[in-house]
Amino acid sequence: MEPGSAFFMVMMAMIGGAIRVSTPFLFVALGEMITERAGRINLGLEGTLVLGAMSAYATSYQTGSPWLGVLVAGLAGMTMGMLHAAICRLPKVNDIAVGIALMLFGTGIAFFFGKPYIQPSAPRLPSIPLGGWSDNPQVAEALKINPLFLIGIALAFFLAWALKNTRAGLILRVTGDSEVAARALGHSVALVRLAATGFGGFLAGIGGAFLSLYYPGSWNEGLSSGQGLMAVALVIFARWHPIRCMLAALLFGAAGALGPALQSIGITQGYYFFNAAPYILTLFLMIGSAGSKKALRDAPGELSLTR
Amino acid sequence: MMAADPVSLPTAPTTAISRTRMLVWLGYAEALAIPLLALLVSALLFSVFLLALGKSPVQFFQLVWLGGFGTAFSWSNTLLRAAPLMLTALAVAIPARLGMTMIGAEGALVLGGFSAAAIALPMIGVVNPWAMNAAMMLAAITIGGLWTGLAGSLRRYRGVNETISTLLLSYIAIAIMNFFVEGALRDPADPNKPSTRNIGAEAMIGKIPGIDVHWGLAFAIGACILLYILMLRTTFGFACAVAGGNPRAALAQGLPVGRLVVIASMIAGACAGLAGFFEVAAVHGKANASLAAGYGFTGILVAFLARHHPLAIIPVAILFGGIAAAGGIIQRRMGLPDASVLLLQGLCFVVLLASETLYGRLRLFNPALRTERT
Repeated sequence: MEPGSAFFMVMMAMIGGAIRVSTPFLFVALGEMITERAGRINLGLEGTLVLGAMSAYATSYQTGSPWLGVLVAGLAGMTMGMLHAAICRLPKVNDIAVGIALMLFGTGIAFFFGKPYIQPSAPRLPSIPLGGWSDNPQVAEALKINPLFLIGIALAFFLAWALKNTRAGLILRVTGDSEVAARALGHSVALVRLAATGFGGFLAGIGGAFLSLYYPGSWNEGLSSGQGLMAVALVIFARWHPIRCMLAALLFGAAGALGPALQSIGITQGYYFFNAAPYILTLFLMIGSAGSKKALRDAPGELSLTR
Repeated sequence: MMAADPVSLPTAPTTAISRTRMLVWLGYAEALAIPLLALLVSALLFSVFLLALGKSPVQFFQLVWLGGFGTAFSWSNTLLRAAPLMLTALAVAIPARLGMTMIGAEGALVLGGFSAAAIALPMIGVVNPWAMNAAMMLAAITIGGLWTGLAGSLRRYRGVNETISTLLLSYIAIAIMNFFVEGALRDPADPNKPSTRNIGAEAMIGKIPGIDVHWGLAFAIGACILLYILMLRTTFGFACAVAGGNPRAALAQGLPVGRLVVIASMIAGACAGLAGFFEVAAVHGKANASLAAGYGFTGILVAFLARHHPLAIIPVAILFGGIAAAGGIIQRRMGLPDASVLLLQGLCFVVLLASETLYGRLRLFNPALRTERT
């Protein structure tokens, strides 16, 4: 095989992989972005993601409707998010620690109830063959796109508009930047954060549904490997802006697709190393962006992470 | 609290001292009572959960007792799990005393254990087992310390959030181990599970005389005592406490906060690496995927429940070692999934953190609250 075509195959596999792998990142990152814009950090989204994946798969298996599974996953995630908000509103409670606890708790619930669903196969989400115009099977395969990905992209643009131009967006930003100002305007800080964390959990649950119902497309206990956590780092790198979150999610998706793409042309050497690429990328991005003046300027004022 | 109480001002010095002592003791009682209350509430919530599933909570807790603490066999099973838990809990507690939430013990344990197994490879059957164990332990502690120390340095020099970086480093550590264990260092003689070569029976760490538990338990308890002395009885520990309480005040006092951050994270990684060494040299005999058994994550809960006090970690680690040891019998006798232990741990953790809000607000432990209202 000539090197040009091998390169083409890797590129197509990476584009296709980036679209598939980035979707959970996209949803979790957008959710976490909204939560953090309200001045709170929810590290428990990893657990929410796993719980969403399990409940979506179980619902789809029991009812035969994968879209109902997506909805149930969102609602389960919302419950977890609201639990986080309800505990964190108590004085003297550390939101980062509660996130770690909910990570364990969410994973525990998912594994506990998910045991019977590891074997059976549930109806999966459909995909839209946008690559039908091409005779090339790799192009056609890469452009089979799940509707959730398109919804995620649309959501990123909508949130970017809504944060800037709507009353709800303004209230959210005020709460995140200054509790005192929010209170002076007559808004309940606890209520705004309850809504923001619940919304973040809802999106993270949907991200989990994508994992179990589309790609990789089955439920098992090793399904999520830190995507929920990397999304939190991704939000910092994206400096709390929806469009940048979307771009960062695509970048992470491409990094995550590197290992499988190389494997598809027979390069299996260093498979584990390439699988670790997203974590290493996240770490380097955090090193690059954490201390920068730009990040400090864009960070919500009440966020415990950057203080 | 003294200033808030007008009655204590005009009294004689001797009563003032006894009053201070009473307040100190009330503080201890509060630090003991609130976590116990949290454990009790989570046991109750878990019982409700079991009842809702149609299972008997009484049977569940009887089985926890039986499987964790009922017999000599279950005790040795419990202590076998408590030893790494103590060390991984220390890996969380020491940075926490500096105000850092570092949760990468799992990765430092895996990488420490892997380094121990890797450095042993050229020595198997050649070098004296004692020298080999010493080299393995040194490698595990050093690599573990450097690994978590990296997260501390990133925090010091770049302001990278240590919670996220330690977790990312955990995933990277596990990937590094898999990379070598499935590749260059894989033992070709073992067709089943990718592992490094077994270090051999004569190089394995033995049991403590009298009980059926390896020496890792003695080292773990020793580490708890040593770090108790370091963190609560030396100027280093005091400097850490000041830096943890108020970093700006500590800097204003001329304390080297950045250096303390790096040293504390290195101590943390060394503890987790030591746990990895014993997992390899006393339990598995080789490095493979079984090293990532979740001790690092349960250790987080143990440290929080012990309120990051090195001595309190010992009993809490034994408690959770017991619950983990009972997991098998619960699974067999009650037909519950093995994740019930994880669920119970998660529930305990959530309730415990919610209970933090009670500190300083219960009148029983805070006499100043009683006089404030009058």
